[in-house]
Amino acid sequence: MSFDFFVLPFFLGLLALLAMLGVRYGRWIKGMDAADKALIRDGIWSARSLGALKEVFMESLLHRKMFKRNILLGYMHMSFAFGWFMLILTGNIESRIYSKVHVNPPYYPIFLKFFVHDKRVMTFELTSVPGVFRFLMDLFLALILSGLVLAFIKRAYSNWFGLKRTTHHTLFDRMAITTLWLVFPLRLLAESFTAGQYLGGGFLTNHLGMFFARFLPVEHLSYPAWWAYSIALGIFFVTLPYSRFMHIPTEVLLIFLRHWGVKAKKEFNNVSEIEVYSCPRCGVCLDTCQVFAVKQNGTPPVYYLRSIRENKISEEVTYDCLLCGRCEAFCPVGIDNNLLRQSQRIKLMSQVDGSYGYLPAINGQAAEVAYFAGCMTHLTPQIWRAVVTLFDQAGVRYRFVDKDGTVCCGRPLMMAGNVTRARQLINHNKETIRNTACTTLVTSCPICYKIFREEYDFGIEVLHHSQYLLRLQQEDRLTLSHSGMTVVYHDPCELGRGSGVYDEPRQLLRQIATLTEGADSREEALCCGGSLGNTEISNTQRDEITVRTLNSLLVNHPEAIITACPLCKKTFAKQAEVPVMDIAEMLAGKKILRDTMFDVRFSKF
Amino acid sequence: MINFGYTINTDRQIDYDNNDRRIAAFLSEHEPTFRICISCGTCTATCSAGNFTYFNLREMIVMLKRGETRQLKEDVTKCMLCGKCQMACPRGVNTRNLILSIHRAIERFEQP
Repeated sequence: MSFDFFVLPFFLGLLALLAMLGVRYGRWIKGMDAADKALIRDGIWSARSLGALKEVFMESLLHRKMFKRNILLGYMHMSFAFGWFMLILTGNIESRIYSKVHVNPPYYPIFLKFFVHDKRVMTFELTSVPGVFRFLMDLFLALILSGLVLAFIKRAYSNWFGLKRTTHHTLFDRMAITTLWLVFPLRLLAESFTAGQYLGGGFLTNHLGMFFARFLPVEHLSYPAWWAYSIALGIFFVTLPYSRFMHIPTEVLLIFLRHWGVKAKKEFNNVSEIEVYSCPRCGVCLDTCQVFAVKQNGTPPVYYLRSIRENKISEEVTYDCLLCGRCEAFCPVGIDNNLLRQSQRIKLMSQVDGSYGYLPAINGQAAEVAYFAGCMTHLTPQIWRAVVTLFDQAGVRYRFVDKDGTVCCGRPLMMAGNVTRARQLINHNKETIRNTACTTLVTSCPICYKIFREEYDFGIEVLHHSQYLLRLQQEDRLTLSHSGMTVVYHDPCELGRGSGVYDEPRQLLRQIATLTEGADSREEALCCGGSLGNTEISNTQRDEITVRTLNSLLVNHPEAIITACPLCKKTFAKQAEVPVMDIAEMLAGKKILRDTMFDVRFSKF
Repeated sequence: MINFGYTINTDRQIDYDNNDRRIAAFLSEHEPTFRICISCGTCTATCSAGNFTYFNLREMIVMLKRGETRQLKEDVTKCMLCGKCQMACPRGVNTRNLILSIHRAIERFEQP
């Protein structure tokens, strides 16, 4: 059996890593609730595992999402992940050729070139099996090294990689990445020195080895180089579970869990923790975070998840997030950042009962449609007036549930982490809406819309007014005429990313106006800055966010900004140079439009 | 007590020596916009909760500044956190964080 003492750092490091992973995985899965465990049992031998395997290959190895974001960034990540994986795989197969026993010790394929010097094979001989393997091994090593070169370039020119800002890593993480970066050049040196001594390397190592042999005592250098390579690997393996590189094994587990239907919940559980450990701290979220753009704090998930993992969350940062979900849309791992942040808010919030005994009990006649305007719509009455006008025009038999003042839907309390009080409001509203015996609930506020759909669970169809008005138009109950205006549509966070409604408002708008898009739209749309998710941000900083969003919306010079959220409308109207309207106002026609434009002009004085 | 047909009003002077101003100090630190409120009452006029019951943020802030916190604990749980007051406030008081901070302060200073 081949053995040398230099394999020990690698071998012991690998054993430590496997033990640590076994403990972590075991604890995570053991601590899951019975329902999740049942999902795992059902899923593990189903075809869904194959789907997960495919996703692991596409995302964890090839980094498809990273490629979509930026080719250089994708190549850099792919070269490390795919290159290293192939190096391990090909190395294992190659070692079978020279091995005489059935089970090799794990260090044998890694340090194969130290143990075996096959002088029969020429450098570029691709006709024999060992020759092909030797070529492939050097090819994958070259792939990784090219990624390493890019990683160095990224330090200085991160904007080439589509990143304006990069993560500020902890000292420990920087140490871990240093050992990772050392692994591959040291492998190259070790193999080259050995090849310089005995020949028998691939196209890369053989030539480099012969080059070194001209002026270096390679026969004395090769053994220390193997030691250094082994030590670098060993240190990397030992630091991995405590560094950001824990994301490598954890993300694989997360992908499988997702395919089996095991998800993180509102309260922090083991799946949430797996998500936290799956964050690679790549820093893609830094540029997407609008709070970070104005105050450079610990809000972006890359830092926030780190603080959760290190058990060092700050209350201020926990609440300093718009919950706009933009980071989720960009995250290559697909971590539920909003859910994780809310789980921390639930922990921090004292779950006292609210004194909501005062809320009015509403009974009344049945109707086809229940209309729930919402708090923010009552603050911008033009919107509910427009909706009501359109309902009348279409002859909808509706019941205006909160005409005499609204009871909050519970979403703001839910976002603040106060589940107990949110539930009180939800139960009250559920009762009220059930009493209308309606089959469809229409709301004007995306904030209400999201919680109606997610938490109410009362068997009534919930629609945002843009969806319902489109349906009326499609049923020919509402006739629309083109206004001749050019407008841009702003996707409200809670309606777009929050609930996946992007197309209905656009379909409506195309019929009454020429629709342009802003610089960031749909999944990548910016938050208006007014979000109820953030309670820590100052008004000045909110205004700064609003200005940036307006600039993005106005790139194509539209005559008006159309949104579908009363809060967005109110936030924009404060600073916009063009009229800001809700989609219902635009549909309801010219009279209301004129009033709104007057409002805008008037508000400047 | 014997009913004489008249009563003595409770003392209405603000006794800063005995009043509890810890919550006000906590708020000034954690939500500094607490201090810029001009008690105009716009918040109260637009309030969703105030539409149905006696809930008055303007009064609550005034009372807090005086350190009169007897009613506070019950009153503050009437708020639904909808955020209309914040949109309406002409001074830019971060009312939603103010309410959350009052909860935090109550929790912190409550006698066990």
